[in-house]
Amino acid sequence: MRSRGIGNIQAVDVPPRTPVVSDGVLGMMLFLLTELMLFAGMISAFAIAKAGATVWPPPGQPRLPIEATAANSLVLLASGALLIHAQRQFSRDRESARKPFFAALTLGTGFVLFQGFEWVQLIGQGLTLQSSALGSFFYLIVGVHAAHAIAALWMLARTGRRMLSGWLQPSQLATAAVFWYFVVGVWPVVYGVVYW
Amino acid sequence: MATAPATHEEHDLGHHEQSFWEKYVFSTDHKVIAMQYMFTGMAMALIGGFFAYAFRMQLAYPGMEVPGWGLVTPNDYNQLVTNHGAIMIFWVAMPVLIAAMGNYLIPLMLGCDDMVFPKLNRLSYQIFLLSAVVLLSSFFVSGGGFGGAWTMYPPLSTKAEYSLTQLGSTIFVVAVALEFVAFLLGGINFITTAMNSRAPGMKLYDVPMVVWMIVVASILFMASVGPLIAGAIMMLFDQNLGTAFFDPDRAGDPILWQHLFWFFGHPEVYVVLLPAMGIVAEIITTFSRKKLFAYRTILYTVFGTGVLSFTVWAHHQFVAGIDPRMAHVFTVTTLLISVPIAEMLFVYIATLYGGSIEYSTPMLWALAFLVEFLIGGVTGIYLGASGGDIYMHDTYFVLAHFHYTFFPIAIIGTYAGVTYWFPKMFGRHMNEFWGKVHFWGTIIPFNGIFIPLFFLGAGGQHRRIADFTVYPELAQMQPWREFATVALLIMLAFQVIFLWNFFYSMFRGRKAEKNPWKANTLEWVAPSPPPHGNFPDGLPTVYRAPYEFSHPDHDEDYWPQNEPPAEQKA
Repeated sequence: MRSRGIGNIQAVDVPPRTPVVSDGVLGMMLFLLTELMLFAGMISAFAIAKAGATVWPPPGQPRLPIEATAANSLVLLASGALLIHAQRQFSRDRESARKPFFAALTLGTGFVLFQGFEWVQLIGQGLTLQSSALGSFFYLIVGVHAAHAIAALWMLARTGRRMLSGWLQPSQLATAAVFWYFVVGVWPVVYGVVYW
Repeated sequence: MATAPATHEEHDLGHHEQSFWEKYVFSTDHKVIAMQYMFTGMAMALIGGFFAYAFRMQLAYPGMEVPGWGLVTPNDYNQLVTNHGAIMIFWVAMPVLIAAMGNYLIPLMLGCDDMVFPKLNRLSYQIFLLSAVVLLSSFFVSGGGFGGAWTMYPPLSTKAEYSLTQLGSTIFVVAVALEFVAFLLGGINFITTAMNSRAPGMKLYDVPMVVWMIVVASILFMASVGPLIAGAIMMLFDQNLGTAFFDPDRAGDPILWQHLFWFFGHPEVYVVLLPAMGIVAEIITTFSRKKLFAYRTILYTVFGTGVLSFTVWAHHQFVAGIDPRMAHVFTVTTLLISVPIAEMLFVYIATLYGGSIEYSTPMLWALAFLVEFLIGGVTGIYLGASGGDIYMHDTYFVLAHFHYTFFPIAIIGTYAGVTYWFPKMFGRHMNEFWGKVHFWGTIIPFNGIFIPLFFLGAGGQHRRIADFTVYPELAQMQPWREFATVALLIMLAFQVIFLWNFFYSMFRGRKAEKNPWKANTLEWVAPSPPPHGNFPDGLPTVYRAPYEFSHPDHDEDYWPQNEPPAEQKA
């Protein structure tokens, strides 16, 4: 909390200001507004390309791993749920928040690693950035999502370090958590549009 | 005195003595960052103005050796107009109107000591400076700077065999992308500060109009820039990684870029317009000694304009290829958006009505803004209607129209703001006489430049042609082009007066007291110039709305926001 002066005049009827949403969370939400529009832009561009194509999916391209990614999506959703749980625990009992928090972090990292593994396989099967419109959009959209996931995980890891040292404030946890909820929340849309 | 300010002061005065670098280069103080943005913007304006000079000389006297540039080849010409547009919008209008004015005014007008995220703020400027350097560096790579217009339409921007600037095109996109990151960080700061750091007692309806306008502009920017970032990534991929997002030969769609660009590009007009409208609102209330007419109506109008501005973008594609049914929809929304803007102009005129108007230099600029922007708005109606646009598209009529909107916004609005807040920024007054000379020396030639361009455009003169004398039917209009260029030269010459007045007054001007214009908002409570931490006597408390001029219950004709009511004084 920053110190806020009351002024040189004693004011009885003017209460001090208490923000509805903390600075960090509000700032993060504003950032995520832009990122939401970024995904909206890419996804609608993809939808237009798909609708305008005479043959879809483009011939000679590998099938996207719908089932494996569905399982991986569940891992990501579980990670988000665990983080919600951790955040709730943190406001009651700080110690008990650690386990779900680091479980969420681990599952999130697992999601990104599995996606990377999937990319390597798809590139091996001939789906590349240049091979077709599907490849271009797939790597663009999923890649931008992965970049967000990695940034959010890095932020969560820093939050975790603070948590271990006992310096973590609830608003700091909330700031990093909101970022991760965005990554988790936008993924089902990406999955639904790109993979199906 | 309450105890809270004491702890606050300890917090501020606890700073060690700052070195030059800490104080002026790597500062996190919002005022220093505002000045950095302003001076960088001014330097870029000189470059953008120089570009305009070079290509206007070529248009008026084709094939001449332009003093200071040399022969303007067709390739040079394309680079000059492209970068003139990009610089004036992204590196002049945005940094000066939003970043400089926002950074300077928001914490002062809200009565707090700094932005909510000062380090993010510093990073914002550093990225902005980097983006400017990156853009200018494109002129020195092989092939030169990008020349495919500031709107970067593919295939000119994506295919090196058309643009002939392989590296220049990529550098251009990277520079614009960096600039967006800078304004993203700035916008986060502005909105969060306005929501969470207002002075005690300042309700949302007590926030000065210019702060609201900058906040709404930031929201518009942040909500509209996402699709353009998506487009910029796709363009960089097309340029460098062999994808075909915008390449029709390989199942891409070049019109897609236009949609992504203008989804941002049209709200962007309002992103820069609103801060200028806010600056004008502050000035006309102060210099007509009247309460701002219909504060809440303006505010709702601004929100309405913001929402509506997301639904007009495809009027830029009337000719590019759009379903005629969609063209009708976008014609309606485009014409509709002139309603709230016209309403704001009327409300401003209502504020002036019956006021005791003082024609100071800032007031002259503010009034000129209303008049000149009106011309820009009215000529836009011809272009917003798809039928009219098909005839006018890509002519000088379009060019003259948007210069009648952007020049009032970026130049007149900035001069209004700078002359109004100069005493606060530097603790000294600018010279009024030379201020007025500069005003008339700018406004008259400005109309001299662009009114002829309306005629040229209506006569069928296409944009983006370096030499019109090769077209017999256009060659006969050469006197108009020469007239516009001479007017530009006169206008540029008068800017020297401003620069001299600005820098001379900064050091030698008449000293200014705290509240030289007798205005009400909180920035006038702080000393001129405000020290680090802004309010050395403790942060102010707010008791009333920002525009209580000539209030019947008050003896003086102004009533500062922080002045406690009479019964509390006793």
